[in-house]
Amino acid sequence: MIVAGQKPIVEIAALIENYNKVLLVGCGGCVTVCLSGGEKETEILAAALRIKRKLEGKPIEIATSTVTRQCDPEFIDALQDLVKDADAVVSLACGVGPQYLAERYPDKYIVPAMNTYFAGGSKQHGVWEERCGLCGDCVLHLTGGICPVSRCSKSILNGPCGGSQQGKCEIDKDVDCAWQLIYDRLRVLGQLETLKQVMPPKDWSKSRDGGPRRMTIEDVMNG
Amino acid sequence: MSRLKQILKSGRLAVTAEIGPPRHSSPEKIIYYAEMLKDYIDAANITDCQTAVVRMSSIAAGAHILGCGVEPVIQMTCRDRNRIAMQSDLLGAYSLGMRNLLCLSGDHQIFGNHPTAKNVYDVDSIQLIQFVRRMRDEKLFFSGDEFKEHEPRFFVGAVANPFADPFEYRVDRLEKKINAGAEFIQTQCIYDMERFVRFMEQCVERGLHERVYILAGVTPLKSWRAAKYLQQNVSGIIMPEEIVRRLMKAEDQKAEGVNICIEQIKYIKEKIKGVSGFHIMAIAWEEVVPELVRRSGLCRRQETD
Repeated sequence: MIVAGQKPIVEIAALIENYNKVLLVGCGGCVTVCLSGGEKETEILAAALRIKRKLEGKPIEIATSTVTRQCDPEFIDALQDLVKDADAVVSLACGVGPQYLAERYPDKYIVPAMNTYFAGGSKQHGVWEERCGLCGDCVLHLTGGICPVSRCSKSILNGPCGGSQQGKCEIDKDVDCAWQLIYDRLRVLGQLETLKQVMPPKDWSKSRDGGPRRMTIEDVMNG
Repeated sequence: MSRLKQILKSGRLAVTAEIGPPRHSSPEKIIYYAEMLKDYIDAANITDCQTAVVRMSSIAAGAHILGCGVEPVIQMTCRDRNRIAMQSDLLGAYSLGMRNLLCLSGDHQIFGNHPTAKNVYDVDSIQLIQFVRRMRDEKLFFSGDEFKEHEPRFFVGAVANPFADPFEYRVDRLEKKINAGAEFIQTQCIYDMERFVRFMEQCVERGLHERVYILAGVTPLKSWRAAKYLQQNVSGIIMPEEIVRRLMKAEDQKAEGVNICIEQIKYIKEKIKGVSGFHIMAIAWEEVVPELVRRSGLCRRQETD
């Protein structure tokens, strides 16, 4: 999932400081799963903002709605009437949400309530970790199922570097060295030979470096 | 101190030309061009892997031409270096005697010979301008750490493209670069004179020409095909159809290309207010620069030296 977390409430409040009728839009997708932008969090944020503004003597009218997904135009479309009544719209989705809202409602001020962090999963209750670098050219079959792009601090493909010590990365004692993990896994799999090959430079044009990406499935496009 | 700066400050029209470094490790060709252009230009820009094709580094090539008595304008793009590498190169360049720096974004690597490379863009061109000025004026590294001594003191330049969109924003963006600290500007190649006139009118209206030295960029065309190519394939360049047609009709296309360029220079010199000099980008045609300078009446060395 895309893991995102809410910006500090003071920051969000400052972004809508000059607006008195605001719509908060939650998302039923990834951010519901990572407990940061779903229906519950949207209601809590709305309540907190109302209280804050009331205490400041500038009461605010806030409507809320949580859509199935903000990354699908049809669900954004359905917000039409609510958006019409608002001076500003706050999105609690990942970075896709505010953009889909802005595309659909070009004359509306759209505010992101979230910071989007990574593609990852839950590690334990309340903890999420990055797992995928979204590089567009997966090499997990060569690396024991551990992603060097997102999990090695240097994204190197022929690690571990000299900063690996006791399984930890040089940048932080709490960060696992991805290449130690890869080594351990490949040893278990009896695939250490793989590590003797020089892995060639990646084709970064398939990643963000090649410009904004688009995926198409022609069969679906042609119905 | 930068001689280019002194010339611009004196109010004399400055002339810079572009020298493209080689795709190998011999300096022979750049030295040859530097010697050839020496008496015709005030400084030479050394491109930084233009169109994202690997070439000798701007700084190294700059050191070679400096040895020939040509003042280099080092180009630094944001495509290939993060802020650590940028500063390290800036210190190195200054230590080698470079005094002029042109800050630019750089062409995307997709156009070059390493389209699968990562791009950096850790800082953008406007941030780079700001940082380099801060290095000089406040003696600070990009991080805010202080220089104990020997901070590099570059004359800082930037580029402007009056032919990119949205046109209405182009002068604002130029102003943003000036506010960031740009002291001289070299423009994209001018072919659409009418648009350049409008651009400069806006600059003059806002007094930008008094805050920055604007060098008009010109590129002589070798053939109608070259013109057509620029028209169809290079974004950010506007090539009027009449220029393509004029070259097509010419018996000697190269000569006509030179004539067109000279007419452009003369027109800008005589008719457009706010221009402080010319930047001649004779791409892979450096040897035409002396003729352009001479025939367009920019030959200045003899006048002052």
